[in-house]
Amino acid sequence: MPVNFILITLLALLIFGFILGRARSIKVATEVRNGRYNLHSRPYYYGYMIALWAGIPSLLILLLWTGFDSSIVTSLTASDLPSEIQELSKDERSLVINEIINLAESGKADVNSSEPKLQAAAHYLSLKNISLMAKTVVVFALAILGIIIGLRFVKPEFRARNQVEKIVRWVMIGCASIAILTTFGIVLSVLFESLQFFKSVPFTDFLFGTHWNPQTAIREDQVGGSGSFGAIPLFTGTLLISAIALTIAVPIGLMTAIYLSEYANQAVRSIAKPVLEILAGIPTVVYGFFAALTVAPFIRETGEAIGLHPSSESALAAGVVMGVMIIPFVSSLSDDVISAVPQAMRDGSYGMGATKSETIRQVVIPAALPGIVGGVLLAASRAIGETMIVVMAAGLAANLTANPLEAVTTITVQIVTLLTGDQEFDSPKTLAAFALGLGLFTVTLILNVISLHVVRKYREQYE
Amino acid sequence: MSKQYKNTDTIRAGLKKRYAREKRFQFFGIASIFISFLFLLVLLVNIFSQGYPAFQQTYVKLDVKLDGSVIGVSKDSSPEELFKASYGKLIKNTLKEMFPGVKDRKKKRALKQLVSKSAAYDLRDKIIENPALLGTTQSFWFLAKDDVDVFMKGDIDRTLPEADRRIKDFQLKWIDKLLAENRLEKRFNTTFFTAGDSREPEQAGIKGALIGSLLTMLVTMALSFPIGVLAAIYLEEFAPQNNRWVDIIEININNLAAVPSIVFGLLGLAVFIGFFGVPRSAPLVGGLVLTLMTLPTIIIASRAAIKSVPPSIREAALGLGASKVQTTFGHVVPLAMPGILTGTIIGMAQALGETAPLLMIGMVAFVADVPQGILDPSTVMPVQIYLWSDSPERAFTERTSAAIMVLIAFLVVMNFIAVLLRKKFERKW
Amino acid sequence: MVTAMTDTTKEKQMTDQRDSINDRVANKESESNAADNRSSMDDIHKNEEFDIEINGTVGKPFVDNVKMSSRNCDVFYGDKQAIFDVNVDIGNHEILAMIGPSGCGKSTYLRVLNRMNDTIPICRVTGEHKLDGEDIYSKKMDPVLLRARVGMVFQKPNPFPKSIYDNVAYGAKLHGLVRTRSDLDDLVEKSLIRAGLWKEVKDDLHKPGTGLSGGQQQRLCIARTIAVDPEVILMDEPTSALDPIATALIEELMIELSGKYTIAIVTHSMQQAARVSNRTAYFHLGKLVEVNETDKVFTNPEHKLTENYITGRFG
Repeated sequence: MPVNFILITLLALLIFGFILGRARSIKVATEVRNGRYNLHSRPYYYGYMIALWAGIPSLLILLLWTGFDSSIVTSLTASDLPSEIQELSKDERSLVINEIINLAESGKADVNSSEPKLQAAAHYLSLKNISLMAKTVVVFALAILGIIIGLRFVKPEFRARNQVEKIVRWVMIGCASIAILTTFGIVLSVLFESLQFFKSVPFTDFLFGTHWNPQTAIREDQVGGSGSFGAIPLFTGTLLISAIALTIAVPIGLMTAIYLSEYANQAVRSIAKPVLEILAGIPTVVYGFFAALTVAPFIRETGEAIGLHPSSESALAAGVVMGVMIIPFVSSLSDDVISAVPQAMRDGSYGMGATKSETIRQVVIPAALPGIVGGVLLAASRAIGETMIVVMAAGLAANLTANPLEAVTTITVQIVTLLTGDQEFDSPKTLAAFALGLGLFTVTLILNVISLHVVRKYREQYE
Repeated sequence: MSKQYKNTDTIRAGLKKRYAREKRFQFFGIASIFISFLFLLVLLVNIFSQGYPAFQQTYVKLDVKLDGSVIGVSKDSSPEELFKASYGKLIKNTLKEMFPGVKDRKKKRALKQLVSKSAAYDLRDKIIENPALLGTTQSFWFLAKDDVDVFMKGDIDRTLPEADRRIKDFQLKWIDKLLAENRLEKRFNTTFFTAGDSREPEQAGIKGALIGSLLTMLVTMALSFPIGVLAAIYLEEFAPQNNRWVDIIEININNLAAVPSIVFGLLGLAVFIGFFGVPRSAPLVGGLVLTLMTLPTIIIASRAAIKSVPPSIREAALGLGASKVQTTFGHVVPLAMPGILTGTIIGMAQALGETAPLLMIGMVAFVADVPQGILDPSTVMPVQIYLWSDSPERAFTERTSAAIMVLIAFLVVMNFIAVLLRKKFERKW
Repeated sequence: MVTAMTDTTKEKQMTDQRDSINDRVANKESESNAADNRSSMDDIHKNEEFDIEINGTVGKPFVDNVKMSSRNCDVFYGDKQAIFDVNVDIGNHEILAMIGPSGCGKSTYLRVLNRMNDTIPICRVTGEHKLDGEDIYSKKMDPVLLRARVGMVFQKPNPFPKSIYDNVAYGAKLHGLVRTRSDLDDLVEKSLIRAGLWKEVKDDLHKPGTGLSGGQQQRLCIARTIAVDPEVILMDEPTSALDPIATALIEELMIELSGKYTIAIVTHSMQQAARVSNRTAYFHLGKLVEVNETDKVFTNPEHKLTENYITGRFG
């Protein structure tokens, strides 16, 4: 039975369990007065309890089994392969296994399919079938077992509601813990692949090398076999573009927030806020398209008109557009912190005879500074991790330069480039992407943690 | 007693300067807002002016002589034979007859490229539908090739020197002749909405990407909504205060909300595809990655909504003997639902526009077919935009902008619903 | 209605000014609602202590040696009227205390006197208000200059997030009152001495003002205000957030300062009014009921409402 069919049948079983449990609870109870029984919980809780007892273990098994099914079957198939295939190199072996799986799944033999491969494919198919059968049997057995055991527990004094609520609580804890699992997953996946990468490329070469050219040879004997993985040009490129973006976004975003929260009347606010929300809601790929097709040519033409020679993919174009993208982010964060400054502080300044701008500059901004700094750090983390704009507008040339009119490349661009081409999973090129990902995650993590901490402390100060 | 305040003159002296500074400061504020306005305006006008021609497509009318003998079929051929015949020849012959005397190899090829390659398939479908047409001469409207289409929309300037033009002089003559015979017509571009991706701009459509986006969003919604809401309920209503585990969860959620999206793509690649063997490029894996990405947004919004339900509601329910779980699910959550839904829609809108992590998990592959299920290879709207934006053809630029317009329309509708929801159910306690 | 009033006194612990403004508007609302209720419940439950007609101000609202004066003062928050036809003088170098139940408009009236209400967009002030005979709401009067002349101390100590020194120097620097650094040093020292804070902070001048205790913060705010050398100081419940010892220090300071400045103080504490002020004004639901010598108000009030208030029948 395919998985969705198992799911539907299981669902029907659970509903059946619910009805059984509910009915049984009424049967074992005595009616006190009309519609009220001497049960500890309302009847439907007994139904829920049985459905949960039957559903949770069987669903869990179904999920795990489906998750690990293919890798286990594949490795079983692989271990039963004839010895001459076993002796092949790792890459070639995985190629053969892929071929076998394709063979099994399409069911079409072609000229390449030798006798052992066909046998292996048949073996693979039979293993898959056995796995599916076993899965079906185990899942249904568990569900039915759950219902039977549950029914034996249905007694008037049994605390079904507490049971159900305990389970609900654990399910909620599980959902909340997914956040931790995600972080854990990110750390493990980038760390594991990065460590492999640092086995072939020394850590210091990666961190301090100034030459980035990840073209590795396919064959050992090819010229220029190793490629170079010095990430400094990527770091400087990322920094350059982020710096341009922040020099645009921070003053404009901050002034926008100040104007909207301190000066603007309702009419201005009711227009400006939606505009900022639209800017914030436009997908980054649209910004990237605009940067590459409109802003970059504009900068090139303007530059040439005044005697400069910007390259067609300049850091400036990507940086400017990214800056505009971050404006709403900065302004909404600053808006929050500025309105958290107590009015009493402003009144104190007005009471001294300060004008509005003097009050803002000398009292409100200094008071809000920690919060604003936190917001800027978050914006920086956003700029560093932004991908689509730079992929589409900044280019691939790993130049080590501080000139915003030249093309630079960034960490995110390189991750995308390294992982979207066709290559095997274990080449240093692919692994380099994970090493870059590790760097990106670490830097943004540090920025986020600092800024979240700063902002939280700031809020506590005025609460 | 002198009534003159002693600092009056000093303060008066500085006032002019101070008020000038005040004016300047306000001006900077207005200018900042204006910059955002201006940018948005330029962006939208730019996209719109580039994109709206893509909603029209040029068609060419050809009188095709359906001579079965040329392609080796007859009225009595089996559907399979009809299917395999090469109808391109018929169209080529028709064009040759219309424009006799084309000898040059290059020009011959150019002649064939007045109409799209899809013309042959259109013809095939029509013949299979009605084999009786064979032997007659029929007029058909075919998709024009993208260069002709672009020219018809006025995006190729015929006054330019020939070398700078995609359409050369001899092609211009053909087009002029077709125009004179009323054989060129612009119609609403249905292909754009009914076809999947294609290497030929005139045959390319967004249906595949739209369905891909829809499936991906369904997966994301089905996972992130229940998980996010349950997590928010736990953190807001049940989590013990000053518990280390809860603190770690909170820090993680806040941090994940700010982790670059591309990192989630790496996670998806390594864990979902590499470890669990979820098929690459499928809406399932895209949905899983986007779920992890939108969860923090949904959790944070839901928590705010739950927090805004006043404690008196909880106290009332608890006071009547309801359990904590009953109180929460029976009273607090329904009251917080509008806020939760608003947050979820905004999270979904973010996910709908997300590109970078999907590039990592192979949704960037060229997929011409419309996906049928969550395990089929597919692409999504923003990735389709990214793919098309890389193509040099003018007709693809046009379609990129049009696809952006469609995507933005969806986002606007989603945000509009969120705003309506917020307005309708906004409650002051 | 009595319970309604005690409820609103809870809101006395207003945390910041913006809230307090909202509260004031809200109080107005609750009062007008209460007024509706009252008429409907007339027969059942008439509150004789509270519902006494006010026909103009009784006592001696006007003095000979006038520093500030208001005639026909009305204040509106949007559509709601908060102050009704207040006519009163503040004499030179006197301390005028304004008392009354919460939400009676005394703070609002205080903020009329240095145009602080200008900072609230929905607030509208009418009537004639004079400082030394000059109309303070006229076009010619600059609010910046006015606020330098009429300083203000707030309910909750609100030092700026700056050092003690910069807090005191703030106004002088703003208005360009001093030319040299040493003049500024002198000014800061003089102001802190006069506010009675110098001994406590002279070694910590560059520590943040927010690090001081509540009472010290409030004296810092007074020092900050007198550094500009104003003519009038308005104090809006300056001790309501302070402990009794700090309160005593501030009260002493007020009496001392009255030799040089004219002081108007809003207070919740009748005892405080009795201790520090020369004259006392009693406000009730936005109207000025009675103004008299402080002794007279507290020993022999003219108006029945004043008597009911000071004897604790409501409030």
